Amino acid sequence: MNILWLQSAGCGGCTMSLLCAEDPNVLDLLAGAGLEFLWHPALSAATGAPVRRLLEAVIAGEQPLDILCVEGSILLGPNGTGRFQMLSGTGRAMLEWVRELAPMARHVVAVGTCATYGGITSTGENPADAVGVQYDGSHPGGALAADFTSRSGLPVINVAGCPTHPDWITETLLLLAADALSRADLDGLARPRFYADNLVHHGCPKNEFYEYKASARNLSQIGCMMEHLGCVGTQAVGDCNIRSWNGDGSCTRAGYPCIACTAPEFEEPGHGFTETPKFAGIPVGLPSDMPKAWFMALASLSKAATPHRIGVNAEADRITVPPSLKKPKP
Amino acid sequence: MSETSLLVGPFNRVEGDLEIRLEIAEGRVTAAYTNSPMFRGFERMLLGKPPLDALTITPRICGICSISQSVAAARALADAAGIAPAPEGARVAALLHAVENMSDHLTHFHLFFMPDFARPDYAGRRWHDRAVARFTAMEGSALKAAVEARARLLHIVGLLGGRWPHTLAIQPGGVTRAVSMRDKIRIGASLKAFRDYLEGVLFGAPLEAFAELDSIDRLKGWDRGDVALFLEIAADLDLARAGPGPGRYLSFGAYPGPDGPAFGRGIWAGGVAGPLDTGAIAEDISHAWMLGETAHPREGDTRPDETMRAGAYSWCKAPRLDGRSFETGALARQVIDGHPLALALADEGGVRARVAGRLLEIARTQRVLEALAGAINPARPFMAAVELPQEGAGEGLVEAARGALGHWCRIEGGQIASYQIIAPTTWNFSPRDATGTPGPVEAALEGARVAGGEDTPLSVQHIVRSFDPCMVCTVH
Repeated sequence: MNILWLQSAGCGGCTMSLLCAEDPNVLDLLAGAGLEFLWHPALSAATGAPVRRLLEAVIAGEQPLDILCVEGSILLGPNGTGRFQMLSGTGRAMLEWVRELAPMARHVVAVGTCATYGGITSTGENPADAVGVQYDGSHPGGALAADFTSRSGLPVINVAGCPTHPDWITETLLLLAADALSRADLDGLARPRFYADNLVHHGCPKNEFYEYKASARNLSQIGCMMEHLGCVGTQAVGDCNIRSWNGDGSCTRAGYPCIACTAPEFEEPGHGFTETPKFAGIPVGLPSDMPKAWFMALASLSKAATPHRIGVNAEADRITVPPSLKKPKP
Repeated sequence: MSETSLLVGPFNRVEGDLEIRLEIAEGRVTAAYTNSPMFRGFERMLLGKPPLDALTITPRICGICSISQSVAAARALADAAGIAPAPEGARVAALLHAVENMSDHLTHFHLFFMPDFARPDYAGRRWHDRAVARFTAMEGSALKAAVEARARLLHIVGLLGGRWPHTLAIQPGGVTRAVSMRDKIRIGASLKAFRDYLEGVLFGAPLEAFAELDSIDRLKGWDRGDVALFLEIAADLDLARAGPGPGRYLSFGAYPGPDGPAFGRGIWAGGVAGPLDTGAIAEDISHAWMLGETAHPREGDTRPDETMRAGAYSWCKAPRLDGRSFETGALARQVIDGHPLALALADEGGVRARVAGRLLEIARTQRVLEALAGAINPARPFMAAVELPQEGAGEGLVEAARGALGHWCRIEGGQIASYQIIAPTTWNFSPRDATGTPGPVEAALEGARVAGGEDTPLSVQHIVRSFDPCMVCTVH
């Protein structure tokens, strides 16, 4: 299958993350699955006029297109013209190019939270009027209509993440190449379920602190960051703590909160990213699928039962009280 | 006599969007106009936000300079709070930053710059078969080795920063994860593996041998690794004389430590080194689709001209120091740090000088990384308490891979009231200013050769890519 990759209004970080794929490297991985780039803005040889001719050939139906990947939000501004991002050399807005190319593609993949839902580019006053390819925040209907489907019959596949994990992209592409991704494999926001059916909480190294609501009060303390530091890993989709990033990494492993970068509108939490909004001293957000009364009851009970070791360590920047050792058998 | 104009775009293997309009006569570029054709408006997005949100938002300006943006934001906020980060935290932030810059240099050389020499246009050159084998886009053996070495190097960011890009680990008070002795050993192992790659593949010799080169003659004599292939190509195509910049260089100083930055701060103009007065910076908007006046970033504003008025041709403002354009980047850093090879290259100032300056910096940065990692004291705290003021202002000046990056923020009523950013490529790829003086790359392109029938001139591509532009940072 061939891939045409466009970088619309984003930071390019999803491509940079893609290059971090390992075992094998991303170039061998994609080639090994029979995936080749018709053109990629960071990787391909072609620049300028040959690229313009290629894009025209796709729109004219002379060049078949299997997968259109769009990285970055789509700018509607100013005043719906899309002219805040002109595809260089073409005199036309990226908005127009995406609208014309998408119907020609067998599959359309939005790469990253800007491309899926608008993402960070749409934060604050959203000066450039950024939207996602098929969503505007959590609402269906972005640069493409809510009912758009590509030639495969699928909606835009939303590989959300800011940035995306390299494997989320490559595995989506490999599943498409294997004809093994159906509508049932996408969640309610069109994210591939192979990673979106997990929560960032799964496999988080702070789970024991979470069990007792033993909380860090300041960044660099190793306790759970849900109560005070804005962590929404119990609500955010992603297998970040199962497969890990760049070797052994993840946001919570590095000591800062999950900000749900795989979710629409993560860019507007309504409070500081590293603080937890509270009502009457109690955190407002609840773990996914948890009844509030049960959560409150369990939280107060477990908090009261916090072992000394866990309570001390939660507010330290490293483990200071180790687990007790079993006494030798007599 | 033939006069024509060309519009070059989409211009790829640069980070982000770039369009260049060329005026050509007698087979030479007579004028160049660089357009940064995308405006997102980060400086406006930040208005009214809690100041600490800058740590989440500004790294997302750029997926390749993300940590540079992090560090600049953290320093601007620390400056506003009037505090210094915990020394170990500052050390780890510098380490993370240097890893990113190193990784970016590797990406530039292998993925962005060198693949142009594998083009069929150069078939028949004595080095072409080797360039094809090593540097064909997406397939060359050197590209794959570099991508793998880069991914392993970034394990250091995975360990300390959680992931790359877009970490929240770097804070005004330090870093969020205390480094254990086990971590320190692990970092040392990753750095050793990276040194082995550099010495085995890119340089073909101990890094110290390259870092000790002190003249262009000795550089030309380097005959090992992929560096030698680049130098052979550069000699054959006369890349030394292609794309000379303004001859003025600027650096904010890289990787601050207790004894000053690892690579020094200052300017270099007309062969003379001098101190940097950041008070003399101003952003001219005469040829940018922006409204307002020329201003220092402390007083700056970002109001896009939605009419995209004729006469302007880019969303990029034109930063000037004392009214003059400056080039910034790895070459500039090494010149200002006073390295003898870089000083020799400063006069040359073209494609070869920029790329060789970057290679020199790779060789020298490995030692900076090893020193930073070796000095980490796991017993000490990595974060200091920071209370941000309700009213205040700060600046954060750092060196990204591509050069000088500055953040200037003002806090009023506990919210961001102003946030202005000048990125390295804002300097290098600025449009003309009110005097009509072109930006550095516009000037560098004047005189570039255009062969008959070329619609995307190769010489122009080499010159533009030698700057390693990051266009997503440029306008932000």
